[in-house]
Amino acid sequence: MGCCKEAPALSAEVDRQLDEVVGKHKDQPGALLEILHEVQRIFGYLSDDVLIAVSKKLGIRTSEAYGVATFYSLLSTKPKGKNIIRVCVSGPCHVMGSDTILQSIEDELQIGVGETTSDGLFTLETTSCLGVCSDAPAMMINDKVYGNLTKEKVRMILRSYAEVKEASVS
Amino acid sequence: MTSSAQIEKRIVLRNYGKIDPNSIDDYVKAGGYSALKRAVTQMQPAEIIKTVKDSGLRGRGGAGFPTGLKWEFAAKAQGSPKYIICNADEGEPGTYKDRLILEGDPHSVIEGMAIAARAIGASKGFFYIRGEYVKPIEMVKKAIEQARAAGFLGKRIAGSDFEFDIEVRSGAGAYVCGEETALMESIEGKRGESRVKPPYPTDEGLWGKPTVINNVETLANIAPIIENGAEWFRAIGTPKCTGTKVFTLSGDVVNKGAFEVPMGTTLRTLVFELGGGIPNGKEFLMAQVGGSAGGCLPASLLDVRLDLESLREVDGSLGSGALLIVDDSRSVLDVVRSCMKFFEHESCGKCTLCREGTARLARLVDKIAEGQANTEDLKLLERLSRIMERTCLCGLGQAAPKPILTTLKYFKDEYLIRVSDQATPKGA
Repeated sequence: MGCCKEAPALSAEVDRQLDEVVGKHKDQPGALLEILHEVQRIFGYLSDDVLIAVSKKLGIRTSEAYGVATFYSLLSTKPKGKNIIRVCVSGPCHVMGSDTILQSIEDELQIGVGETTSDGLFTLETTSCLGVCSDAPAMMINDKVYGNLTKEKVRMILRSYAEVKEASVS
Repeated sequence: MTSSAQIEKRIVLRNYGKIDPNSIDDYVKAGGYSALKRAVTQMQPAEIIKTVKDSGLRGRGGAGFPTGLKWEFAAKAQGSPKYIICNADEGEPGTYKDRLILEGDPHSVIEGMAIAARAIGASKGFFYIRGEYVKPIEMVKKAIEQARAAGFLGKRIAGSDFEFDIEVRSGAGAYVCGEETALMESIEGKRGESRVKPPYPTDEGLWGKPTVINNVETLANIAPIIENGAEWFRAIGTPKCTGTKVFTLSGDVVNKGAFEVPMGTTLRTLVFELGGGIPNGKEFLMAQVGGSAGGCLPASLLDVRLDLESLREVDGSLGSGALLIVDDSRSVLDVVRSCMKFFEHESCGKCTLCREGTARLARLVDKIAEGQANTEDLKLLERLSRIMERTCLCGLGQAAPKPILTTLKYFKDEYLIRVSDQATPKGA
């Protein structure tokens, strides 16, 4: 991302949405992280264009916004699938077999960690501890946590998300 | 065998499972907010600080700093405004006590924060909750609104002229933000990179102002201490480590869950009485106490007391109170490897020793586990670990070598059988 890139021509609608988020936090010091959370919730990820626009509106350098966006693992500067799967690979889940869980997801979806399925339905990631260690091995899909995973359970969960998609298509 | 009810002692989990956490009325009926009323209407800030100091309460986030002393430093510090922060960035692998407290009794933490604010003279507080804790974030936000409506937050609290309010901020997936200075950077909207200390937060914290930052479990202890007095609290636990601790069991143990017991309860009691022992006919191999940044203790140390001092004596640490139990079908080095991968990923990258050191440690452990290392590698592993302990900028890098150093001490054979001087030396 070039430091001198001009603010892109975002659609009026996108610009209005960004104004709304930034405006909501205008009297709140240090709200950049909160703003990026909300913006990502609307657009799915933080594109260069959006980051440039947000930093302009806040009067900060784009590098600052980009630095924050790339520091935190829940923020993304790249587009992702509709459902983000985060498999915990920290100590307790590792001991309880997260490797097997990860492998079975890779087999089921035919993608590796960091990749998105060709239909755009799933992105697979690993994560540090989710704080549900009594139910290890665990994963999160979007905001929902699943524990005590087995290969079979994982397959059923993934299929339930795939069915939601099919149902909404028909 | 003693029943678990006789071993457990519930202070911070006093209301857990007994009240509806979404109901402030339930909390008040259970005696909630009466300590806050007393603190604002009948006690001077110095008296609150003295009570907390006399109770002997020490921080439950891992470092074990005396809470009352921290409050006193902030109360005496020059600068205004002052802030109180609740650290709910629970990211230490194997730890889920703060989540349980927030989901089971959010008002107990809000009440603790308000009392702390009264003690140090703060009118604004931040509740920093990790981004993965979607449900606790919602519950705390709701509880804050309820407390405001009931007059326990906002202006003229409990009819006094004391004013205090709390804002919730959520993290975004960075373990290092559990470190107090990195957490403050994050609240300021920056990358969560640790700061050089001193200055300490009580002098120059959030936005450079005097700040007290306390863990969720620490704050949940405050109202009971104000209600029941310092002597009552001191009678629980050990002389130097008073009160209780919530331990969270995970891994190869029958009863995985949270248990609140007096400080100084033995590891054996936790694993074999409350935890119900090792399942599937296996034997106990080790317990990693305090999370991935904690020490790995062998069966010969099952009678160690779980408190700050006793664990330090065996080169372990109490940390967050996570207990990862590992049975004898597993490999010690496999667990160490997983820890090192974690630290390599979570190092914030600000100080060279941690950024490079965690990566080098991970590669060295990989090399050893794969049988590619020689005795020089082993020496290098220990030397680098010792250097990092002493020279990394913050607790992350300083504690990262702990699993290595304790397994080198207690499971040295696991390393020795894998290294050979015939192995081709490769750059670690």
